[in-house]
Amino acid sequence: MTQPAIAAERLVKLYQGRPAVDGISFTLPADSLTGLLGGNGAGKTTTIAMIMGLLTPTSGEVRVLGADMQRERFRALKHMNFVSPYIDLPMRLTVRQNLMVFGRLYCVDDLADRIGVLAREFDIHDLLDRPTGRLSSGQKTRVSLAKALINQPKVLLLDEPTASLDPDTADWVRARLERYRSESGATILLASHNMNEVERLCERVIIMKKGQIEDDGTPARLLQRYGRLTLEEVFLDVARGSSGIREPVL
Amino acid sequence: MLPAAVRAYVNPFFDRETAMRDSMQTALSDYTDSLRRIAAMVGRYSYVMRGSWPRLAELVYWPAVNMLMWGFVQTYIGQKAGYFAQAGGTFIGAMLLWDILFRGQLGFSISFLEETWSRNLANLLISPLRPVELAIAMMIMSLIRLAIGIVPVSIVANVVFGFNVYGMGIALAAFFMNLILTSWAVGILVSGAILRNGLGAESLAWTVMTLFMPLACVFYPVAVLPSWLQTAAWMLPPTYVFEGMRALLIDHQFRADLMIEAFALNLVLFIVGATGFAKLMDAARRNGTLLQTGE
Repeated sequence: MTQPAIAAERLVKLYQGRPAVDGISFTLPADSLTGLLGGNGAGKTTTIAMIMGLLTPTSGEVRVLGADMQRERFRALKHMNFVSPYIDLPMRLTVRQNLMVFGRLYCVDDLADRIGVLAREFDIHDLLDRPTGRLSSGQKTRVSLAKALINQPKVLLLDEPTASLDPDTADWVRARLERYRSESGATILLASHNMNEVERLCERVIIMKKGQIEDDGTPARLLQRYGRLTLEEVFLDVARGSSGIREPVL
Repeated sequence: MLPAAVRAYVNPFFDRETAMRDSMQTALSDYTDSLRRIAAMVGRYSYVMRGSWPRLAELVYWPAVNMLMWGFVQTYIGQKAGYFAQAGGTFIGAMLLWDILFRGQLGFSISFLEETWSRNLANLLISPLRPVELAIAMMIMSLIRLAIGIVPVSIVANVVFGFNVYGMGIALAAFFMNLILTSWAVGILVSGAILRNGLGAESLAWTVMTLFMPLACVFYPVAVLPSWLQTAAWMLPPTYVFEGMRALLIDHQFRADLMIEAFALNLVLFIVGATGFAKLMDAARRNGTLLQTGE
């Protein structure tokens, strides 16, 4: 059997005795794009932080590419990367300097060529010699994505990658993510509040609520199960607990 | 082609040799990758430093102001009191050595603070950069910052006050090594506190070394302290260095015994610093503060 790219086993994270993540288990196969949905405080960011090894689970285990993230994280980290609007790149450095630094940290060979490819791919050629702190939100997101793909990661974690972007830029970012996934066969886990984004990109959706997995399935299957036309309606049902699973409406 | 029986006998040796060669290549590759990551971080901090002339100027400004002030104090007192006339350069020497200790720790901690100020720490912690590689990069930056700050000031001290710190020779190397080890050990511990407590612990980076100043007896001999404080003073490695400096400048005697004792204490301090950092990092991973560091 093929080894899953990410395997979470009975993950629990307690803060002062209160569960932020409460015994979740899931596996993500290689070459898959999964959405992690949930309201504020549902446990999405905590889950992603545990997958990256930034946070120690109270109990349970996370394996990425077969490596236990508590004991042997460095075996996996060189094949992973992460984008979040809540983490910045050093603002005083130019875009090129930032990409050089992270390229070297990931020991990327032919780094100048790789930066050239990413500059074309993300249309940041004209930004390369500008300080990162002087870029607009959309430009910063493109640069962050370029940084996240500098090592051609096998596992890419995205925490609300299109938050605060205008619809056009957000659409552009989604197209790039789709292309990267189809070209590289990477495993992508996308935490988002944007239902359209999840519906468009993800072949599987995990819905979290109060630290637990409330539902898990393909977007089509979830729509059918809740008898809704959009994932947003499904999300509202789950978040408000206003309705149980319904019979399919057809 | 070898007969099967001979192959069966010989293959394990070849397999073992191949395995050993593979593991050596892996170790070499790991070592090279490690050096690349350290160089990446040194490059990262150098970009920041080169891109800001006020930061560069600040590296020289305070050591220069301190050295000039203490230099003139020494000149004045030296004209009035015979003892100080004999103790040529103790104030200037003490100030220069103090700056190695203070600026060495600050240079280390500022590199770490750069990551929290720019909210970049999580990017580093999810990269293959090991904590020990980050620490080595910060040590290198601390040396670079010190060189930029102290070398020009030491030349000015020679020109203006006739005090040649390099005239201390091998003793200067011993003083420097002990002071920089103390500064790094404290810097590592402060970085751990910032990891654990976020920027709330930033003020530690600027002030922790001043706790050493009265007890390390920078400008006066240990004998001046009350006896109960002398015990505490002798627990600090810099105390041995400043006593050693006075022995050199006043009695013209290099006290190797003091340097060895300082080195032994520094080893203990370094182990405490590294262990403390590892424990604070673990606590930060448990408490979830690694994602929240920033302004």
